[in-house]
Amino acid sequence: MTEPLLRAEGVWKNYHGHHVLRGVDLDVAAHEVVCLIGASGSGKSTLLRCVNLLETVDDGAIWLDGAEITDPGADPDRVRRDIGMVFQSYNLFPHMTVLENITLAPVQVYRRKRDEAEQRAMELLKRFGLADKAREYPDRLSGGQQQRVAVVRAMACDPRLLLLDEVTSALDPELVTEVMGIIRELKEGGMTMILATHEMGFARDIADTVCFLDQGVLLERGPAEQIFTEPAEPRTREFLQRVLASRRL
Amino acid sequence: MTANDRPPAPAQVEWVKSERQIQRERRQRRMGVRSGALAAASTVVFLLVVGLLVTSSPGWPRVKATFFDWDELTGAFPDVLHGFWLNVRIFLIAEPVILAVGLLVALARGLRNPLFFPLRALAVAYTDVFRGIPTILLVYLVGFGLPALRLQGMPSDPAVLGGLALVLSYGAYVAEVFRAGIDSVHPSQRAAARSLGLGQAKTLRFVVLPQAVRRVVPPLLNDFASLQKDTALVAVLGPLEALRQAQIHSADTFNYTPYLAAAVLFVALTVPMARFTDHLAARAERRRAPGGGR
Repeated sequence: MTEPLLRAEGVWKNYHGHHVLRGVDLDVAAHEVVCLIGASGSGKSTLLRCVNLLETVDDGAIWLDGAEITDPGADPDRVRRDIGMVFQSYNLFPHMTVLENITLAPVQVYRRKRDEAEQRAMELLKRFGLADKAREYPDRLSGGQQQRVAVVRAMACDPRLLLLDEVTSALDPELVTEVMGIIRELKEGGMTMILATHEMGFARDIADTVCFLDQGVLLERGPAEQIFTEPAEPRTREFLQRVLASRRL
Repeated sequence: MTANDRPPAPAQVEWVKSERQIQRERRQRRMGVRSGALAAASTVVFLLVVGLLVTSSPGWPRVKATFFDWDELTGAFPDVLHGFWLNVRIFLIAEPVILAVGLLVALARGLRNPLFFPLRALAVAYTDVFRGIPTILLVYLVGFGLPALRLQGMPSDPAVLGGLALVLSYGAYVAEVFRAGIDSVHPSQRAAARSLGLGQAKTLRFVVLPQAVRRVVPPLLNDFASLQKDTALVAVLGPLEALRQAQIHSADTFNYTPYLAAAVLFVALTVPMARFTDHLAARAERRRAPGGGR
């Protein structure tokens, strides 16, 4: 077994005395796609935010490629260069065009030349069918287009790991598939990803590994097929049945 | 798969205005004419009533003689206008300085590094103190207090000292406006910038400040309209600006019409500014609306 790209061990996170994460362990190998499933408030988003150091862990540790990123001396800006993140609410910068959104970090943080960064951004936009939107402002785009731009923006920094936090939850059903499409394409390109998602059908389809979180505990992990067809834990089964009943599967 | 492979739109149907719509528009036009006429009539009646009330009041002849004397007005106007030019200059120089002070103070209040604690404390103290002191009091304190220190290189020109007092007072207000703007940018914008690897300073410069400044332009313009008329407070230090010139003239004749001349000049400058603020606010509103242009 080779060293995992990301390893989390015994991660705890409290908010105002409430334990959101209770000793979560997680290994993610290079090129692996891991889906986090679980009810709202089970800690999926918090885990992703801890990995990206948007939250500081209250206990435990996280390593990226063998180096501890939760070390108080670690430079969070350096760590985030290797970890891209896409948010549920897109969080594009409304005062910048699509192209400016994508090239901001490459130019200002990674010191690429502007025309090189723009060329690369245009390649990515073309690949995801957004080339004609480069000069538009985000509020002129549909939700699905905005979210795809957000993915491109994260990818423009060439991250080694991509975190996707319920990226389809804010979208109209007819727009969900276009965002799923580009995530699927990233998987085919070998991108390592952790997704928090409510889309069980999508999780089953794209994930190598599925993790079920329940009240801050990583209760069960296994190959997607096994989790969805024969979950070991009664809580997992109950959750999946509930979701199935609401016709999301 | 990618998007854009949607089914084609249904064939275009030509729109021929229906009889119902033509009737409706005709009625709307008639109603429009009617409400216009109504507005005009009620305005005329209102003005007539107010005019009658004022001119029929027992003191009106006396007020008319002391405040609305045409000869006094034309006699004092050149001097008052000349003085007003000083108000405009104080305003034009103070305004950019205030913007810089306000922004720096607002930024200093946002510093989280423990190293900068004294700066942060100073910024908080500055806004607290200078927002609390009435501007006219500050003009007195700065105008008479600073020269009394007899420091080397201290300006003695009352217009400069008065301008300095205005900068101190308005800088505190503008700092609070900037701070409100910075705070109004949603935390998710910072999170997105940080997750791209931008540090705190670059997040502020490229993501937070541009959005904050755009949002505070209307309130800032509002403060500037107010600054523009508060330049008259400098009069208490004695420089020959509009209010002081009006005082001099009315001291000669015991007629107050020169004050009216000064008032007219101030209004002539603030009204366009107020309309410009409205225009900007309306444009921002249109942009927020669905399908708004850029």
